[in-house]
Amino acid sequence: MTDSSKDRAKCAISFTVNGKLETVHAYPMERLLDVLRHDLALTGTKEGCGEGECGSCSVLIDGMLVNSCLIPVLQANGEKIVTIEGLASDGRLQALQQSFLAWGGAQCGICTPGMILAAHHLLNKKPLPSLEEIREGLSGNLCRCTGYAQIVEAVAEAARRGATT
Amino acid sequence: MRASICETQDDSAIRMKNTPIVGTSVPRMEGRDKVTGHARYVDDMVLPGMLYGATVRSSIPRGKIKKFTFDPAIDWNEFVIVSPKDIPGTNCIALIEDDQPCLADGMVNHPEEALLLLAHPDRHLLAKAVERVSVEYDPLPAIFTVEESEALSQLIWGADNTFKSYLIEKGDVDAVWQNAAHIVEGEYTTGAQEQLYIENNGMIAAFDPQQGLTVWGSLQCPYYIHKALMKLFDLPADRVRVVQMETGGAFGGKEEYPSMIAAHAALLARKSGKPVKIIYDRMEDMTATTKRHPSRTRHRTAVSKDGQILGGEIDFTIDGGAYKTLSPVVLSRGAIHAGGSYFWPSVRIRAKAVATNAPPHGAFRGFGAPQSLFALERHMDHIAQVVGLSPVEIRRRNFLKPGQTTTTGQSVNEEIDLDKLLDRALKLSDYHAKKEKFAKENRQTTRKKGMGIAAFLHGAGFTGSGERYLGSVVGVEACANGSLRILVSSTEFGQGTNTVLCQIVAEALDLNYEDVSIAQPDTRVVPNSGPTVASRTVMVVGKLVQSAALGIKKTLNASGLLGDSYSPEEFRAACRDYVVKHGKLRSLAQYEQPDDIVWDEEKYRGSAYAAFAWAVYIAEVTVDLTAYNVTVDDFVALQEIGKVLHPVLAKGQIIGGVAQGIGFALYEKVIWEKGRMQNGQMTNYIMPTSADLPPIRVYFEELGNVHGAFGAKGIGELPMDGPAPAIINAVEDALRVPFHSIPLLPEDIFAALSERAVTEGVLPSARGSE
Repeated sequence: MTDSSKDRAKCAISFTVNGKLETVHAYPMERLLDVLRHDLALTGTKEGCGEGECGSCSVLIDGMLVNSCLIPVLQANGEKIVTIEGLASDGRLQALQQSFLAWGGAQCGICTPGMILAAHHLLNKKPLPSLEEIREGLSGNLCRCTGYAQIVEAVAEAARRGATT
Repeated sequence: MRASICETQDDSAIRMKNTPIVGTSVPRMEGRDKVTGHARYVDDMVLPGMLYGATVRSSIPRGKIKKFTFDPAIDWNEFVIVSPKDIPGTNCIALIEDDQPCLADGMVNHPEEALLLLAHPDRHLLAKAVERVSVEYDPLPAIFTVEESEALSQLIWGADNTFKSYLIEKGDVDAVWQNAAHIVEGEYTTGAQEQLYIENNGMIAAFDPQQGLTVWGSLQCPYYIHKALMKLFDLPADRVRVVQMETGGAFGGKEEYPSMIAAHAALLARKSGKPVKIIYDRMEDMTATTKRHPSRTRHRTAVSKDGQILGGEIDFTIDGGAYKTLSPVVLSRGAIHAGGSYFWPSVRIRAKAVATNAPPHGAFRGFGAPQSLFALERHMDHIAQVVGLSPVEIRRRNFLKPGQTTTTGQSVNEEIDLDKLLDRALKLSDYHAKKEKFAKENRQTTRKKGMGIAAFLHGAGFTGSGERYLGSVVGVEACANGSLRILVSSTEFGQGTNTVLCQIVAEALDLNYEDVSIAQPDTRVVPNSGPTVASRTVMVVGKLVQSAALGIKKTLNASGLLGDSYSPEEFRAACRDYVVKHGKLRSLAQYEQPDDIVWDEEKYRGSAYAAFAWAVYIAEVTVDLTAYNVTVDDFVALQEIGKVLHPVLAKGQIIGGVAQGIGFALYEKVIWEKGRMQNGQMTNYIMPTSADLPPIRVYFEELGNVHGAFGAKGIGELPMDGPAPAIINAVEDALRVPFHSIPLLPEDIFAALSERAVTEGVLPSARGSE
């Protein structure tokens, strides 16, 4: 249990995050969540439960929505990752982010990054989902504050405004 | 209430404004940071040289600690280890009574009690090390239920296992039984409920021998922690600093327990000389920290032939867990709400909080009221059946009316018309037509549908003299750029504190919303405006902030820098000029109890709350008799909350509260085994997802309120009170089987229906004396 023995187990892993190539030295089985937060200081990705239930740690890997608390970092080698920090460009909020602001989709904010990425993923698959499809599509992301209604409204509004175009 | 330092006039003068800010849905103050991932929560903060801290906890409910053994396979020299002897002051978490130790010293009173603390630079190693500390105990018999505690089968706290009891008496209840047409009895219970904020608890502490102690964390009440740390470290006020980071949900769950975590991080920081971060994982948060108090309520009610309540006895008992913590206050609110929104000519309410060997139960949105109101609103349906009236009619005949008094003798001095509120809710839910339709259709289907009502009230602000004792202070100051900054210890954890307080100041001074900001709660910067609890922030703190804001204007007027009418830009210029000429421009306001609020703490009589919010909720449910599960199909939430200051935030509070109420009624069950929660994970403690909830339709009535900022009342807790009874009343309507306990899970419905199948008749136990 000394630092040197741990270092021997670490390896170099490279992937693209929000368009930027990154190389980290990490234990292969370390959670992608921890590497993003600790090694790359991308703290917008949150931990809620650590077992893939709450969706707060959602990120996109090659366009797929995943819980980063369940992904060993080795599995991300060579992949393209998008986190919440990658959505707004040049300080301009994406339509979904604006919509969450206007419709009360964010209260305490801790589920918000994961929720927005889940919504982003949904609208990429289905640009004009029904309310039922939005509720279904976000059901892997838990929110304790809002009761979801204003989140669903925010996503529907962003879709109407062509969030993915 | 008036500004005590910058004296100001009352705000009653009505101003004409072109662009009102109060009553509009301005963007959430910290919203942009939240939607971009830039908001800084405690786990996002890293200090140089920081260690991680963890807690070694008890595995038994009660016993004496014999010995700790540290596995020799680990080099313990790498670790900082804190035991009770490292506590410089008093080993307690100061709150109401100092009975809860910071670290158990010799004796364990509940599972998951903190025994030792460890810190290490590598948090992966730390988690493993915690498992390598073994504890030997001399176990003692433990008690786990209210009944065992009452029976004194083991004496575990004080002289009688009772943390607190209250007696509320009105009229001569002993005289009513003789002439009652009906005497209706019932017993109702509610289970523990986990707050389940999505951000787990966490704290960072740093200790400097000269400067003292600083903690940053996820918390509701900076000055609670400040008080606890002063006592634990024997430090003066100016050497303890508490800073709130962005807080990812709280719901009461970050009211008292954060003092414990702050204390632990601080002890490790002091001993190691390095900053220490403690972040709980989900299971530690769920099993070790507070939950809603389990409750048992017994009703015995005397009712006239035509359904009027003549009087009643209500016994309200809550399970407080192993230490007193906030149980007396939760009990008080539950007891005062036990009579609900009805007129009781006479009543005797006996309330008590008892000890068991479980982790202490604590604050959770509603704070005792959801428990006693569940019982009452189920009982009203029960009375209706016995008397032969509808759930609608029994409520109409007993609603409180202006001029009548509540169970504590508080006169209803606002023009609330509960009949009208009920009528509107019935119409919105299409109640009567649906009742009729379901009654017909239910005969031919296994999907039984029903409608249920809950009518209720929730007192805003601290109970009785609480606000007077607290004497909250708030500040507003001008910044060098001419904008204003609000100084309060009131915290934002999703409800909208930042936004609404800024709206109030902007509105009070005819400024733009963008001209006002709010300081990060930091006990070195902000005065003690009290804890962020009890639906008090907008009503009580908001009103003070309004007064303090007007104090700024008065000072600018008096200094000749600002005329009677001005533009926002002229106001900013005046602030800038003032700061250049005179230095600081700050206005403070302190709470003073209005004359019409009089409370007798001894007799528990008088004005319990400065204002009540009122509501009628109606649930429509389907019970599927193939799977025995209940789905809520529609939910109408109608409430009178004074002036709605921010429609989107207010609606968000109601919907979020109703969602938690649905969880309380139908999903969220804590499985206990010897005082320890067995399902401390999100995979087996089930809260509603977006796919589980009905449309929650929110409607407001706005009567106004003389005690709140711009007529606002508190709303945060109200929506937690009504959903559970409305839903269980609807389940009874669908199945014609009464249920008296929540959470109500499919297996409970299956068991009850199986029982009914073998027994004839489903009438609830009641004694008619006609």
